[in-house]
Amino acid sequence: MTTRDWLLDDSPTSRWQASVGRAYRVFTALLRNPLSVVGGIIILVLVLTAVFAPWLAPYSATGQDLANRLAPPSDMHWMGTDELGRDIFSRVIWGSQITLTIVLLVALISAPLGLLIGAVAGYFGGWTDRVLMGITDIFLSMPKLILALAFVAALGPGINNAIIAIAITSWPAYARIARAETLTIRNAEFIAAVRLQGASPVRVIVRHILPLCTSSMIIRVTLDMAGVILTAAGLGFLGLGAQPPLPEWGAMISRGRTFILDQWWVATMPGFAIIVVSLGFCFLGDGLRDVLDPKSEGK
Amino acid sequence: MSIEPQIAVSPAPTSSQGRRLGRGVSAVLGFVVTVFLTFLGLLAITFFIGRVIPIDPVLSVVGDRATPAVYEAAKVQMGLDQPLPIQFFNYVVGVFSGDLGKSVSTGRAVVDDLSRFFPATLEMATIGIFIGVALGVPLGVIAASRQGSVVDQVIRVVGLLGYSMPAFWLGLVGLALFYARLRWVGGPGRLDIFYDGLVSPVTGLILVDSLLAGEVDIFWNAVSHLILPASVLGFFSLAYIARMTRSFMLDQLSQEFVTTARVKGVPERVVIWRHAFNPIRVPLITVIGLSYAGLLEGSVMIETVFSWPGIGNYLTTALLNADMNAVLGSTLVIGAVFIFINKVSDVLYRVLDPRAR
Repeated sequence: MTTRDWLLDDSPTSRWQASVGRAYRVFTALLRNPLSVVGGIIILVLVLTAVFAPWLAPYSATGQDLANRLAPPSDMHWMGTDELGRDIFSRVIWGSQITLTIVLLVALISAPLGLLIGAVAGYFGGWTDRVLMGITDIFLSMPKLILALAFVAALGPGINNAIIAIAITSWPAYARIARAETLTIRNAEFIAAVRLQGASPVRVIVRHILPLCTSSMIIRVTLDMAGVILTAAGLGFLGLGAQPPLPEWGAMISRGRTFILDQWWVATMPGFAIIVVSLGFCFLGDGLRDVLDPKSEGK
Repeated sequence: MSIEPQIAVSPAPTSSQGRRLGRGVSAVLGFVVTVFLTFLGLLAITFFIGRVIPIDPVLSVVGDRATPAVYEAAKVQMGLDQPLPIQFFNYVVGVFSGDLGKSVSTGRAVVDDLSRFFPATLEMATIGIFIGVALGVPLGVIAASRQGSVVDQVIRVVGLLGYSMPAFWLGLVGLALFYARLRWVGGPGRLDIFYDGLVSPVTGLILVDSLLAGEVDIFWNAVSHLILPASVLGFFSLAYIARMTRSFMLDQLSQEFVTTARVKGVPERVVIWRHAFNPIRVPLITVIGLSYAGLLEGSVMIETVFSWPGIGNYLTTALLNADMNAVLGSTLVIGAVFIFINKVSDVLYRVLDPRAR
């Protein structure tokens, strides 16, 4: 029996085989969709760039070379240099670490938070539902960016506070999804069976409801990541996110503002990095949605 | 920048027969209650941000070298010696009577500042939404009627870029290209410096004010300054409006009445613009309303790039000066307008859609 047969077996003998088999099916379906392959490659390159930044970057991210300040793109400096003579290409490479950190942390904070709130609201119903969803709706109808700005203003500028502020403003969408999913699962017979066996609500939610919400959550989180990157870059641009000399892409664009009329490359280059990475998440998210949630295909 | 609204445009529930009487009244009541509750929620959030998160708001006012007596006096004067619920109540009463505190950086009442800066934002966002609708709706219709054509592909790309391009970056690139290189448009600000202050503000909208004063030169100068930031904003609303128009139209074009019309020999132009387009006007109003609210938010970034003296610029300046009253005041005003437009377009949908009546 080849590995492929084992993966595609219709009657898996273990849980492990079943879940690996499902992952394999999703993976091959994704490979058939050209856009999601492009998206996947972009994200993979981002991750590899972030991990191997010390070896990939030709120069240091903070090393200054004032003799060579504001040099246009050339063989030596592919994206030119900034006002302190730092190589922009190297800074863009180092900046991938910051972008990846922000994206991962926001996803790790806001998705579980939204999942939990939504699942609890959906499972218990009644007043719990009304209060939790009331709060969620209030957050949903606020302008996200403005809210994030106000939170950062109170917490103080910095990359950690920017992450917290973005996470605070992005959980409500996940709570809505988790609640909707929970409502459809709640009255299923297998849930009733688990309850009859004496499982506590905590066990039902954590072991039986949350796992079923994950696929729609993964789609939504991937699609939202483009927005998270843009918000983080926006906070950096306003001077509220990552602080100098950190090579955060938004902050780099902000430094280039002064020179935009003559030395266009300082502000322009980091913007391309932002666009490419955001597009990558959009493509991958679209592909995942088509594979995992065939109902909404083509929307 | 993404201006995708959070609230999905859900199809209005098709009500069963009867229960029509009193439906209008309860809808209005429900609308007022949800707007009020949402606004109260917004107030709770700004209150929380202003009074609870800072470790010691008194210290940020008196400084860390104040004597205990001064500190206590400031604390009592700020009402911080009272329990939180009472503080919140006082805050809400203050906001509803138009008191948002004093701005530390401008030295004026925040309400006065905001009423001076808001028209500039309104002007830019309004021109932006006009651009978005004027281009986005026809493009979306064409894309849907010729699936797979060049227009359809362009809409796809524009839609994706609308999701993945930072608005402030597009603004900067626009300035570098159209202002610095090509000299097609005016630079940052609302007017050239030598026109500044020549027109007395009546409405605060410089296009209207200059025409009222009969200053045609100033009007055209204002247009040349306004066109680039408004187009950048318009691009993002275009991306969203065109995509939604396309998907609404595709839904309609696959309906049987469209096939019937075609079979009867109705010209394709009439099929598209009358049979298919008429039914989507109602959901389009909601989409346009939501993207208008999104533009008010998006203008915060754009105003910083273009040194546009609007509410977004005021907010970011206040942020950097740690001027909390001004920050919370602008957050409240932008949030309130945003919520209001959101809810109104939601209600309009229900009022205008005959199925929901």
